[in-house]
Amino acid sequence: MSIKLGVPSKGRLMEKTFDWFAKRGITLSRTGSDREYAGAVEGVEGVDLVLLSAGEIPRELAAGRIHLGVTGTDLVHEKLPRWEQQVEELEPMGFGEADLILAVPQFWIDVDTLEDLDAVSAAFRRTHGHRLRIATKYHRLIREFLADAGVADYQLVDSQGATEGTVKNETAEMVADITSTGETLRANHLKILSDGLVLRSQATLWRSRVAKCSPEDKAVLKALLDRFDG
Amino acid sequence: MPNRSQIEARAALLRQRFEVAGGVVVDPPLLQNADTLLDLYGEDIRARAYVTSDALRGEQMLRPDYTLPVVEMHMKGGAEPARYTYAGEVFRRQEHDPDRANEFVQVGYEVFDRTDPADADAEVFALFHLQLRGLELRVATGDIGILMAAVEGLKTTEVRKAALRRHIWRPRRFRALLDRFAGRTPISESRKKLLSTSGPLTGSAPEIGKRRAAEIDTRIETLRGDAAAPPIAEHEMAALEALLAVRETIPYALEQMRDIAVDLPSILPALDRLEARASALRARGIDVDRLDFEAAYGRTSMEYYDGFVFGFYAERRPDLPPIATGGRYDALTRLLGQGDEIPAVGGVIRPDLILTLEGEART
Repeated sequence: MSIKLGVPSKGRLMEKTFDWFAKRGITLSRTGSDREYAGAVEGVEGVDLVLLSAGEIPRELAAGRIHLGVTGTDLVHEKLPRWEQQVEELEPMGFGEADLILAVPQFWIDVDTLEDLDAVSAAFRRTHGHRLRIATKYHRLIREFLADAGVADYQLVDSQGATEGTVKNETAEMVADITSTGETLRANHLKILSDGLVLRSQATLWRSRVAKCSPEDKAVLKALLDRFDG
Repeated sequence: MPNRSQIEARAALLRQRFEVAGGVVVDPPLLQNADTLLDLYGEDIRARAYVTSDALRGEQMLRPDYTLPVVEMHMKGGAEPARYTYAGEVFRRQEHDPDRANEFVQVGYEVFDRTDPADADAEVFALFHLQLRGLELRVATGDIGILMAAVEGLKTTEVRKAALRRHIWRPRRFRALLDRFAGRTPISESRKKLLSTSGPLTGSAPEIGKRRAAEIDTRIETLRGDAAAPPIAEHEMAALEALLAVRETIPYALEQMRDIAVDLPSILPALDRLEARASALRARGIDVDRLDFEAAYGRTSMEYYDGFVFGFYAERRPDLPPIATGGRYDALTRLLGQGDEIPAVGGVIRPDLILTLEGEART
């Protein structure tokens, strides 16, 4: 048995995660060829590295197939209902910061708040015969946020990438997406609603509450967590 | 916990009693066209119903209740008047509470009859009352029609009334709108700036998306009109708040609401309907003097109830959902009737919950 640590398998998120662990004396590395998702851990015994897509890490934690995992708050909240019962937030890691926001075209000068959005979506439906479309991949979070805010007559359309472009392409009227600097939004002539912040997210180290742990695993886990506190 | 065959046996018994009362057995399909549900309830239904799809028919939903397919079926050419009954499973997606069932049996009774709506209300309620006899339940009743009539009668603009009407079933948004229309909410800086400029407004940002500049101009005109309209009068606000707070037995509730009607005379016809319903209930042997009435009851349910509403609750088991619920949904028949409409009232019972309560009573 060993402790399984799930880490994003590519890009900046992977590099930053490796840096974060390196600062704490643990070297994570990818082994084999560039295309092979295998990894190695040095500096601590009994830990296996599992390279995964960041989007799959919440599910793997909830299924108990990995003990620890690095992924964004946004993905955990979106993918795991009652996430507090399935995973424990161990360490916010201070990178991958991004906000999940609602944004509309800049030229909608009459829309600044969720209340405006609600009024506009009613009028839009009357005019166009369909509900106002919001492009997003965060269906559950956005639906709950808008239900709570009492916004009606909207429709979520799935967008797994290039979400900001959907308005110009007229496949959606507005977007709900992750942004860190707002630059992509501005470049696409979109603005954030003043009360449209759904969630602040950052890369976080999570512990699965359901993964099975032998006594040895527990000792390894404890030794590992002590390193993070120091 | 009752097992499946016990639940089915009880469901059959309940349905049989509805048949004796005149209900024709119907058995609508499990899968429903998702578009109809989405049109009615919006995205919120996705949190409540399971969605599936195929390449031919597109998105389908496992029926979250029977009312909708029964209304659809009736509006396509049912006899008139008509009484229907059914027993079968409904499916509810659960995203928060693992203790809530995602599949359970409902037994229902629906009446489509335009001759005497007050008596149809009483007929349905009395039948449910009879079915649940012997169980210690708290009964809640209300009437969404009174609140709707109050909104209609407000001395304010049609735009504001339409906004309030649209959010009758979302109490928090309703409250926020009401506060704004009464001038209780300060106007935001961005709104002030928007309205302080006169003439057509053109921004520097490019026009993108399907919502066009003309629509923005129209909305700004509407906002200007709204800013110029006087706030809803304090006495009307006070009356509306008093109305929403009414919680009494039916005779006292009527008395209180007749006082409130001095400031909101538009609710008088709805109060007369409540009085007629009370008489009809009495004639069917219901002890109206002890029946509770809450003016705000039924507002948070997702149903399209727009008149009489009722629910039966196990007071000693507040963790359980209501044992039975029902109400009047005339507007739903209008929405699904393509030009047709008919007064309709009905309700559903959960046999599994009845058995659970009976089991507890025995031990």
